[in-house]
Amino acid sequence: MPDSLTIQVKYFASLREALGPGETVRVPRSFSVGALRDDLIDRGEPHAGVLSRERAVRAALDQRLCAETELLHEGAEVAFFPPVTGG
Amino acid sequence: MPAPNQIPLPRRASVEIRTRDFDLSAEVAALRAHDGGVGAVVSFIGTVRDRNDGCGVTAMELEHYPGMTERSIEVMIDAAFERFDIRAVRVIHRVGPLRPLDQIVLVAVSSMHRGSAFQACEFLMDYLKTRAPFWKKETLPSGEARWVDARDSDESALARWGLPTQPL
Repeated sequence: MPDSLTIQVKYFASLREALGPGETVRVPRSFSVGALRDDLIDRGEPHAGVLSRERAVRAALDQRLCAETELLHEGAEVAFFPPVTGG
Repeated sequence: MPAPNQIPLPRRASVEIRTRDFDLSAEVAALRAHDGGVGAVVSFIGTVRDRNDGCGVTAMELEHYPGMTERSIEVMIDAAFERFDIRAVRVIHRVGPLRPLDQIVLVAVSSMHRGSAFQACEFLMDYLKTRAPFWKKETLPSGEARWVDARDSDESALARWGLPTQPL
């Protein structure tokens, strides 16, 4: 069994403008959504500022809003975005 | 034995994310077509204001998360069918470039009696405002563009229905 996971990360709205539409990343097994966010923050700018814990950032796992404690799986799609403003 | 007009229909729901405008009359006619059990239709239309947070607004761009948007609204409609005695739901949400006075969103609900249609329509809008992945960017008269901030009042509206909220 591989010791890492391949994750498709997507960004929307102001996060997309700063970071692009998305990227493919590899993370250790048993990583959570929050651990992925921290891993991206640790890359430095522009990720650090945009995904900062000071900012309201929402996450979705496989196209469902999720808590950051949820665990990743191989091939997961994770999206980060600001609080939504539709309607 | 229920009367013919009380036989439950299969669940009817339709969600569409699109750029083009919609026609309320046509949508309501389709929503209640062939359903003699409908005694009430409630519809909500959200439109683009020409001002927001004290500034004029000259244009608006709506972004969404294709796939998740449709799926999340379908989950909301499932929740509405579980909570309220309703017969059919139609949701249309526009994306892309919009201008002041344009229609943005339609939620229409049919039911036997008005109470459940009123409630389900408001429930769906409160839910959609806070959980469907859409983002608005508005252009000001200066030409500057800014992302619209989410509102605490929208989260409070969701709390009324006993749904978990996420503080901003």
